[in-house]
Amino acid sequence: MALDRWLALAILAICLIYGYTAFFTMDAGLPPFMRRSPVWPSTFPKILAAMAVLVALAIVLGLEKPGRVGPAEIDWRRLHEYRLGQALALLGLMVAYALLLRPAGFLLSTTGFLAIGAAVLGERRFHILVPVVLIAAVGIWYLVQQVLGIYLRPWPFFLGNGA
Amino acid sequence: MLEGILIGLSTAFSVTNVLMVVGGCLIGTFIGMLPGLGPMSIIAIMIPIAIGIGDPSAALILLAGVYYGAIFGGSTSSILINAPGVASTVATSFDGYPLARQGKAGKALTVAAIASFAGGSIGAVLLMIFAPMLASVALLFHSAEYFALMVVGLSAIAAFAGSGQVLKAVLMTLLGLIMATVGEGALFNLPRFTMGIMDLQSGFGFITLAMAMFALPEAIYLVLDPGRSNAGGGGGNEIKDLRISRAEARQIAPVIGRQSIQGFLIGVLPGAGATIASFLGYAVERNIAPREEQKEFGKGSLKGLAAPESANNAACTGSFVPLLTLGIPGSGTTAILLGALIALNVSPGPRLMVDEPEIFWAVIISMYLGNVVLLILNLPLIPYIARVLAVPRSFLIPFILFFTLMGAYIGQNNATELLLLVGLGVAATALRLADYPLAPLLIGFILGAMLEDNFARSMQLYDGVSFIWERPMTAGLLVLAAVLVLLPGYRRLRTRMRARGIEGGD
Repeated sequence: MALDRWLALAILAICLIYGYTAFFTMDAGLPPFMRRSPVWPSTFPKILAAMAVLVALAIVLGLEKPGRVGPAEIDWRRLHEYRLGQALALLGLMVAYALLLRPAGFLLSTTGFLAIGAAVLGERRFHILVPVVLIAAVGIWYLVQQVLGIYLRPWPFFLGNGA
Repeated sequence: MLEGILIGLSTAFSVTNVLMVVGGCLIGTFIGMLPGLGPMSIIAIMIPIAIGIGDPSAALILLAGVYYGAIFGGSTSSILINAPGVASTVATSFDGYPLARQGKAGKALTVAAIASFAGGSIGAVLLMIFAPMLASVALLFHSAEYFALMVVGLSAIAAFAGSGQVLKAVLMTLLGLIMATVGEGALFNLPRFTMGIMDLQSGFGFITLAMAMFALPEAIYLVLDPGRSNAGGGGGNEIKDLRISRAEARQIAPVIGRQSIQGFLIGVLPGAGATIASFLGYAVERNIAPREEQKEFGKGSLKGLAAPESANNAACTGSFVPLLTLGIPGSGTTAILLGALIALNVSPGPRLMVDEPEIFWAVIISMYLGNVVLLILNLPLIPYIARVLAVPRSFLIPFILFFTLMGAYIGQNNATELLLLVGLGVAATALRLADYPLAPLLIGFILGAMLEDNFARSMQLYDGVSFIWERPMTAGLLVLAAVLVLLPGYRRLRTRMRARGIEGGD
């Protein structure tokens, strides 16, 4: 089975859970005065769930013949021939950044993210990389904090809040 | 209308807004030139900044400037290194890159800039004429018609998705609508489908979703396939001699005129957009060209370069018509703009022109301004900006990823959003690998709340679904929507039946 049909199957599962919630569990907590209204919070989701289940099913069953695939796109069947390791490493790095941003502070986590990211992609000229990354991290922190006025803790949690 | 234009002029020509246009165009050109980064990713990255500005006119002007700049930048990388950053500039590379290889890169860039300028300006004039007309008709609409109109818009987007893609596009639209129901809506004040997760209480963040659908998969593709960022090679083309001769100008003028109008009209249709306009423009001009010029197409024809360039810019302007007058985005990019407007507490639709004329007209006027900026500021700077093409990917990609993370963080101010971004981004990449179109998902997500709102209001007014057949216009629009979705399937079925009939010998 092709990837698009597997994905349709996954979406079908999501829609079935969504539909189950809309049809059977959602209305239980509805206050009595809302029950008189012709439209309930679950009305629209019910319609969406029914339609999405039908369309997903049609794709899973292969009712629509695939069109031509653009030549510039990546062929998923040969995904291992691409730099999959690098992509996964960078995704892992993004997760690490998400988890470390608050405890480690903006400057440390951003410098680490940009430098490690570049190193993963094969950058070895650290004498250029490190200054560029440091300037960028401080510059962006200044922009976000001072110009846009959005608070970002610059230092790790044990060094105070930098305010 | 004259009054509106004057308000627009005074708003658009304020110092801040002129700076916004100039800045937006430059940033857009700069990033748009980076191969593999399309206008959708760029606008998604710019949204937190635009929202941070606070003033809706200035924010929209900035984003529109970024949009034109990105398209212009995309044409530049198509011409110089045969690496179209966006689908809508693919047709530009057909004749632009051969010209660059003949050493006429400067000439090609000038033709592209003039064609874009003319396309954008003619588009802006047509927008000024059409938008108020459409808005005054749309003012007569009730919520039932709005509901039906949005269904038509969503169906058209799915129907234009291409052969073998219609069902997938419909599924993506529905998924977007489903995602829009998550969280506490304004309609019922009840949290829905949050799975008990506190951070989902306010629903999925629109910026997070935009980043996850466009910027992140694009970056992952760049990592996976290093060839993407330097397709064609030869980035070291020297750019000199930007001038074109009078004979050449005379040759491309009618092409630009025709394609600007055709492109605009295609751009107005939801779902069609700049890509179709540019390919169609190229094909039409090739077919009507004299026989000896036809041979030139694909080998460096100036007409072949001018046609898609004027068409795609006019189409971009055209796509603002449904956005500004009906509040219905016709493309992924205008959907992102709509999301930004909603985040700034502006509700686009026919009332926009009446209630907030300064936003409506300032955006239109700034379109002229943006085109002028692109022509007189960017063109001479191109040889310098083109150096950005030499930035190594090991620097470029971590920064792109970092900006997507920052955008999502600034939008929602919590770290869970970043995990959500990565998760959705991986899902979006998988969908993209399987050829699912992602723009319908985002458009569905953005229109979801409005669609449900209008649906609920009509249901309440008519105490049930009878509004569907009691209002002829609603019924007509819904039938149109059904026809749009079913037609491609029916036509394929008929061809298949016919082919089978021939095989069977009758």
